[in-house]
Amino acid sequence: MSNTVQAQLTRQQSHLGERIIEKILLSAGVSSILIIALIFIFLFKEAVFFFTTASPMELIGKTVFDAWDEKYFFNMMWQPVTYEEPKYSLLPLICGSFLVSFPATLMAAVFGIGCAIYLSEIAGHKTREILKPTVELLAGIPSVVLGFVMLMIVATFFQDLFHTKFRLNAFVGAIGIAIGTLPIIITISEDALRAVPQELRNASYALGATKWQTIFGTTVPAAISGISAAIVLGFGRALGETMIVLMATGNAAIITGNIFSSVRTMTATIAAELGEVAVGEEHYYALFVVGAVLFTFTFILNLVAEMSLHKVRHKLRLA
Amino acid sequence: MGKWDKLDIMVDESHLLRPKPFSLSGAAMIQDEKVMTQAKIRAQELNLYYGTTHALKDVSLDIGEKSVTALIGPSGCGKSTFLRTLNRMNDLIPGVRITGDVAIDAVNIYDPKVNVVALRRMVGMVFQKSNPFPKSIFDNVAYGPRLHGLKDGKALQDIVEQSLQKSALWEEAKDRLHDSAMALSGGQQQRLCIARALAVNPEILLMDEPASALDPLSTGKIEELIHALKKDYTIVIVTHNMQQAARVSDYTAYFYLGSLVEYGATKKIFTNPDKRETEDYITGRFG
Amino acid sequence: MSTAAVFTAPNLYVKKIPLRDMALDFVCRVFALVPFLALIFILGKIFQHGHSVITWEFLTATPANGMTEGGIFPCIFGTLSVTLLMIMMALPLGIGAAIYLTEYANQGKRVRIIRAAVNNLAGVPSIVFGLFGVGFFILFIGRNLDSVFKTGMLFGQPCMLWAAATLSVLVLPVIIVSTEEALNAVPQSHRAASLALGATKWQTIRNVVLPQARSGILTGAILAVSRGAGETAPILFTGCAYFLPHLPVANLFGTIPMINPFSQFMELSYHIFIMATQSVDAQRTLPIQYGTTFVLIALTFLFNLSAVLLRFHFRKSLGQVSLQ
Repeated sequence: MSNTVQAQLTRQQSHLGERIIEKILLSAGVSSILIIALIFIFLFKEAVFFFTTASPMELIGKTVFDAWDEKYFFNMMWQPVTYEEPKYSLLPLICGSFLVSFPATLMAAVFGIGCAIYLSEIAGHKTREILKPTVELLAGIPSVVLGFVMLMIVATFFQDLFHTKFRLNAFVGAIGIAIGTLPIIITISEDALRAVPQELRNASYALGATKWQTIFGTTVPAAISGISAAIVLGFGRALGETMIVLMATGNAAIITGNIFSSVRTMTATIAAELGEVAVGEEHYYALFVVGAVLFTFTFILNLVAEMSLHKVRHKLRLA
Repeated sequence: MGKWDKLDIMVDESHLLRPKPFSLSGAAMIQDEKVMTQAKIRAQELNLYYGTTHALKDVSLDIGEKSVTALIGPSGCGKSTFLRTLNRMNDLIPGVRITGDVAIDAVNIYDPKVNVVALRRMVGMVFQKSNPFPKSIFDNVAYGPRLHGLKDGKALQDIVEQSLQKSALWEEAKDRLHDSAMALSGGQQQRLCIARALAVNPEILLMDEPASALDPLSTGKIEELIHALKKDYTIVIVTHNMQQAARVSDYTAYFYLGSLVEYGATKKIFTNPDKRETEDYITGRFG
Repeated sequence: MSTAAVFTAPNLYVKKIPLRDMALDFVCRVFALVPFLALIFILGKIFQHGHSVITWEFLTATPANGMTEGGIFPCIFGTLSVTLLMIMMALPLGIGAAIYLTEYANQGKRVRIIRAAVNNLAGVPSIVFGLFGVGFFILFIGRNLDSVFKTGMLFGQPCMLWAAATLSVLVLPVIIVSTEEALNAVPQSHRAASLALGATKWQTIRNVVLPQARSGILTGAILAVSRGAGETAPILFTGCAYFLPHLPVANLFGTIPMINPFSQFMELSYHIFIMATQSVDAQRTLPIQYGTTFVLIALTFLFNLSAVLLRFHFRKSLGQVSLQ
């Protein structure tokens, strides 16, 4: 075989090989889209079976006859396992999730943004080199450990402090979640603050602003879309937290506004009850409904945050 | 001179002090027909170091009131650095060290007791690349006054209108005051930045190559503006465009490699400079 | 009202102590301490209560007497096995996706959607992954594999294989993001030089880009392992058990011992969870609870620390400071 023919053959081979490799990598690339789609499909696939035996209204409440008072009333409870009719109202669970997540996100946002401002605007190089890894290490603590510490130590501490009726309640859970959510809010807010161009700060200083006037007057407003995305993501993370709430919030599925009462979140419900249902039961499908609702919530929150962050990342790449 | 490398709290705790008189010896740098009784800005043996780099070498310079002084020289000669010493913006750069004096109205601004915030109200700055805040036009101009405590709506409106008129942007902006400043063109944004600087009523205006990023038409507008403004303000402008310096300024200072080579009336510098290096630069033999 | 009337020339020496600024500064510094204090508190408490339990016997023995005595070796073994399996699944997929995103894809809408999907995946609640593991891996894939290969109930039940698969889906974003960062850090000029010498794109990636991105990819892998070892919710129903009489090993061809992906397994985080919430005798198991937590956090902390150090070292060596 002549050299040129051999060379041509090699080129063709490698061209084909390149194409194959590219296709393989492409399929790896779209795998994430595929996985999200699959999660949607398989959650909803099982969830729809719930509606073959129960009406959608049941997700809010059910009119039952109270033998004690001898009258009908609209029962909004989550009680799938009971000698009476099983009740599948999502309201107590949603209420529990939000009662825990809102305060948690609030706490994490306040301390997290403060910490982010410190890291971005005030801290010296050496301090950053210590604090940033600390935040990353905090992010690496497994949530089961956070839940464990809350359960064992912090809950008792607060019961002694506040003399609450329930040792395990939404407040304790909120603190645990706040610690877990802190790193993500810090990291993203700090990125957003650092993306603000130095020229804007210079313009503010040149007008005679003090450091904090510049921070609150120029830097934070300029970074606000990134910071709000951080909070939204933090909230999504708080909603999705399972182990901390499972261990520290007491697991009472009730509708309440009292942060010191025991509550049950959507996540804890799935985790606590999936092990006790048989595949194909109404209860089993109900748990998938809870999962589908939860996934929808977090999916929307993540999407909203992603759109804001796209702008921030764009600025970062150009900076 | 204290630590300049990190400025955690920007405002020094200061107390009332009588302005320190300083000697006039060795500072007569002005070679001109016009006699100046007291310089508005006086730099004396100013040296600046970025870490180990010696960026400004023994610069001594007097700048007179209500005039336009141009700082020219090739890239990296220190003219922008010198400009920034006049409102202590170099303090924001870590690792900067300064020796020597800069006095404004006979007060040494590098005295540790000086309130930097008040200084920067008195000495305004316009940057090379316009940097309006991502806020409305109104809020951009009102930012400075609001910083210093002005809350009265009517007063703010008046100040905004006057400042925009002084920077020749009022006609174009008066119907869009609450639109975003980012929607303005490059030349308009720069005039907005000038209005923003004027809103706090400075006495001195520093301009760092204000028109270098603009098209010729906008540049012309800015130059007209400088002519109009010099009636009320002392202006120091850095420019790499010699024709612009010749058009716009009363006095010109030529910097080279961190040293002040020559300083004098613009007419003289551009027609009959004293130093050979100045002539070489002016005639374009280098730089 | 002219500007001049409103703003008189400032007295340069005006006494102005901005109490507000100093107070804000102080508050900000206090806030910055919070993550630091939280970390110290958690690590400290666990160390305080757990370190006395850690003995060689604890680490190598199996639990006995209703979890009140003995050790946690099966948990350690199970944790390491499942994360090993997980990383074997996740790494190729994650690296492949990252290579595609940085080297091949045209930066346009498609890439934006993929990135949005990756970021969304990062935000999915862990229990949803658990549901996904049950609904997709065990019930759909597992049972279908069983019917196709006529293997009875081999695939269609909770086992390490599916637990690892579920975990790998969860850590995928971690690997993709770290690998992308590592690939982007390789200077464009190196790729250009390689192509100019006549190498194909894939040859360039394989021989020039990937070797340079090694430490970044390693960082991502370590972070993923740490994350996988710590997650509980995804494996609650996809393969974990509280007590198993034997380790999840099998003998290949009757002689070579290897991890048996079709058996259930014990795991550290699961163990902690069950012991803490459903222990029959909570008081007596308490020391073991703390000991197990100590081991888990020591494991994850060590992984995380090495990843953090590796990442900072690798960023420094490339002369790249993260943003400004």
